[in-house]
Amino acid sequence: MLMKLNGRWYDVGDDTTMPLLWVLRDKFGLMGTKYACDSATCGACTVTIDGKSELACQKTIAELTGEVQTIEGIGASEELHPVQQAWIDEQVPDCGYCQSGQIMAAVALLAETPSPSDAQINDAMRGNLCRCGTYPRIRAAIKRAAKLLRSGT
Amino acid sequence: MKAVDIARRTFLLGATAIAGGLAVGYFVTKPARNPLEQELKPDEVAFAPYVKIGHGNEITIIVPRTEMGQGVHTTLAAYVAEELDVSLEQIKVEGGPVDSAYYNTAVLEELVPFIDFDQGMLAGAARTLKAPTGKLLGIQITAGSTSARDGFERMRYAGAVLRAMLVAAAADEWNADARTFITENGTVIDPTSDYSATYGQLSKRAAKQNVPSNISLKPQSQWKILGKSQPRVDFTEKVTGTAIYGTDWNLPEMLYGAVRLGPGTESLPTRVDEAAAMNVPGVVKIVPIYLPHGTGYGVIATGQYAAFKGAEALAAEWEVPVDPADSTKMNAELKKKLKEPADFVLREEGNTALILADAPRSEIVEAQYSVPFLAHACMEPINAAARLNSGFVEVWTASQAPTILRSLVATHAGVEPENVLIHTTFCGGSFGRRLDSDFALVALEMAKHTEGKPINVVWSRSEDMAHEICRPPAVANMQARIKRRQLPDAVEIEVASPSVLESFMKRSYPDWFWAGSDQMLTAGAHDQPYAIENYRVAAHKCDLAPPVGFWRSNGASFNTFFQECFLDEVAHAGRIDALGMRLRLLAHHPSAIKMLQKVSDMSGWGRDLPDGKGLGLAQTFSFGTWVALVVEVTSKEDQIKIDKVWCAADVGQVMDPRIVESQISSGIVFGFSAAISQEITYKDGAIQERDFDQYEMLRMDQCPDIEIELIDADRPMGGAGEAGTPPAIPALVNAVFSATGKRVRDLPLSRHFKFI
Repeated sequence: MLMKLNGRWYDVGDDTTMPLLWVLRDKFGLMGTKYACDSATCGACTVTIDGKSELACQKTIAELTGEVQTIEGIGASEELHPVQQAWIDEQVPDCGYCQSGQIMAAVALLAETPSPSDAQINDAMRGNLCRCGTYPRIRAAIKRAAKLLRSGT
Repeated sequence: MKAVDIARRTFLLGATAIAGGLAVGYFVTKPARNPLEQELKPDEVAFAPYVKIGHGNEITIIVPRTEMGQGVHTTLAAYVAEELDVSLEQIKVEGGPVDSAYYNTAVLEELVPFIDFDQGMLAGAARTLKAPTGKLLGIQITAGSTSARDGFERMRYAGAVLRAMLVAAAADEWNADARTFITENGTVIDPTSDYSATYGQLSKRAAKQNVPSNISLKPQSQWKILGKSQPRVDFTEKVTGTAIYGTDWNLPEMLYGAVRLGPGTESLPTRVDEAAAMNVPGVVKIVPIYLPHGTGYGVIATGQYAAFKGAEALAAEWEVPVDPADSTKMNAELKKKLKEPADFVLREEGNTALILADAPRSEIVEAQYSVPFLAHACMEPINAAARLNSGFVEVWTASQAPTILRSLVATHAGVEPENVLIHTTFCGGSFGRRLDSDFALVALEMAKHTEGKPINVVWSRSEDMAHEICRPPAVANMQARIKRRQLPDAVEIEVASPSVLESFMKRSYPDWFWAGSDQMLTAGAHDQPYAIENYRVAAHKCDLAPPVGFWRSNGASFNTFFQECFLDEVAHAGRIDALGMRLRLLAHHPSAIKMLQKVSDMSGWGRDLPDGKGLGLAQTFSFGTWVALVVEVTSKEDQIKIDKVWCAADVGQVMDPRIVESQISSGIVFGFSAAISQEITYKDGAIQERDFDQYEMLRMDQCPDIEIELIDADRPMGGAGEAGTPPAIPALVNAVFSATGKRVRDLPLSRHFKFI
């Protein structure tokens, strides 16, 4: 079984029942996508599939229909994605555990809605819990990232 | 302030006690060995237990406190960097080894049963007595919002002493007068000769210098880093998914573990069928776990997913305890306890009983308040990795009390504490949960079955919630007398709750006998600076079956709710303004007045509100910090929306305004989650809420705009991590009353209202 992950194709073997979250963590060692709940209510494992926000715990390999992108795939320390840059500019994280999921949800939102309103941000982000309560800064960072993306930096 | 004097004296005594300068210790009685010496690279030199300098000018600052999101790595590194004249971009921060040299004295001061603002002789003496005890115990701890306070003197001195030694080394080398030297960006410069050398070039020679015994710190006016917001040192990792949390830990040959533990701590398993679990591909072994924290099974597998699947497939049953924990019954026990004589009274002014007994009923306000058990529900489920090899134990985890964890692991492994090495990882929240060590002990038990291979044990969300060590429930009887349009002249608060300290000490120091007043039981009530003529706060210690633990702001998380909501009721009964009443009751505390006036201005307190809108106010002094909040809500068809929050806070001297603000904001959101919907219930000895859909927290769409203003005050700094939580809860409940006319006295609010 083949899957496209962060721009490259991989053979992931025959076990197609494993949830994507655990394929990423156990098989690829991509630890940026986090495990936090078993009720699909926290968003810590959010990735994008063909640019749309998805919970990696809810998709098996067999159900994959497009390219998976994870936090490791969108940017690295030398070359940050504008959303990651905005997260640093606004000094968003506290403990940081949920932030990969938050950032991926924001990336998907901004791909579809370049200038989101507060209501659109609420709607797109309400599936991503943050126990440290960084929501006000996440909101500010999304608006900053929207500007960065529109200006093409 | 007493505590500061002590810290300074201790440091300098320790420093002068040693010649050679490599190991600078802080113990008054004997110098501590420098824990950094064991793991230095060949070209590195360690200066005090806080700084390492490599030959190529790589400067590493050791921050011996656990980074849980509170920015402690940034603030504590900034202390050293300020005095050392290096920028934060220039340095690397490490958690460092676990060692009693990194003890925390401020946290013990918090436990002294005296009021924080009481700088009187008796309170000062009690704090002083506690401080050496803390050192003897050598407790390295990250708790009680104390890290920034505890490190303030010691870590700045570490930087200043090291700078002086580097300057002296340069003077030696250049045979020049050090008084003209300047230091900047990790370099010593002699402007008269144009000589310059990096700290790295000077480090070997610096290590041979005498440790100066007379060092003064920079005055505040010369600070370049402190007092200003600094970029946090760990954010590139945190936004690129490369920060390694405990759950992410991978080592060669690593095995992975999951647990199935029984309800309660004492029930033994009665039946187990391993067949289905063993059939899960990747499951290697199922091992029994018998610990004081619980009994059950560990599933060992070649991957984390397989371990979880195995644990899920394991068919097991546990005996039902004779008297299983049950929330309804426990609530009744708490109420019964209130009818018995109090165990201790930490505030007694005037003669409250007499005034209340003599007053006409029309002047008496009384109410009963209650709060439930609460879970920490950290985003990252608890976890620890362990390896046991030839009598040597390694543990990879994040602990708020790593020296306690190490001693418990040593006892359970049957080795000396020196043979236990703790590696500290990032952690996805803690809020008090990781002051306990249960997760490390379970990992150790499982590591006994892996033939020397490391194993990373992660709790599933359901197991994490089922074995929470909760914030205890509490019930309070409140009584006051108020004459119409006057101030209350008598307030009595009786609180029944289990003692967290007692429960924690039993788990952490099983060989000790611990008894005494647990000041946390009434913290947030007995220690509030209201000038009320007759004022009594009494504690009724009520043992309940489940273990209870530390939780962001501890007793203040419920006592502030009791007191601030009840005072709102009192003001309402006396027909006086809630803010005006507080201004008068706090008239002798200028900090409080300034803060209340600020929050009043910010929120437009007293303005006319349309139907369905309400404003609620609460303030508290906790962890050395004043915080006042006004919350605005809208009520529409029994649905509540939080519109806006205004917060004024006086944390004393502010080291990093952005971190302080983010901590207070975080504490407010944490408090709202508890106030609105959180409740842990026990039935048949087991916790019923096992996932985030049953134990909800605030989401993005419910989170209001939070406006915070810090009042910079010239007094010793207070804590920031917890102080936002206590007043957030009553301010919201008071706002709900203002909008709806309904007074809620039992949390969570979701019993009565839906929040949107």
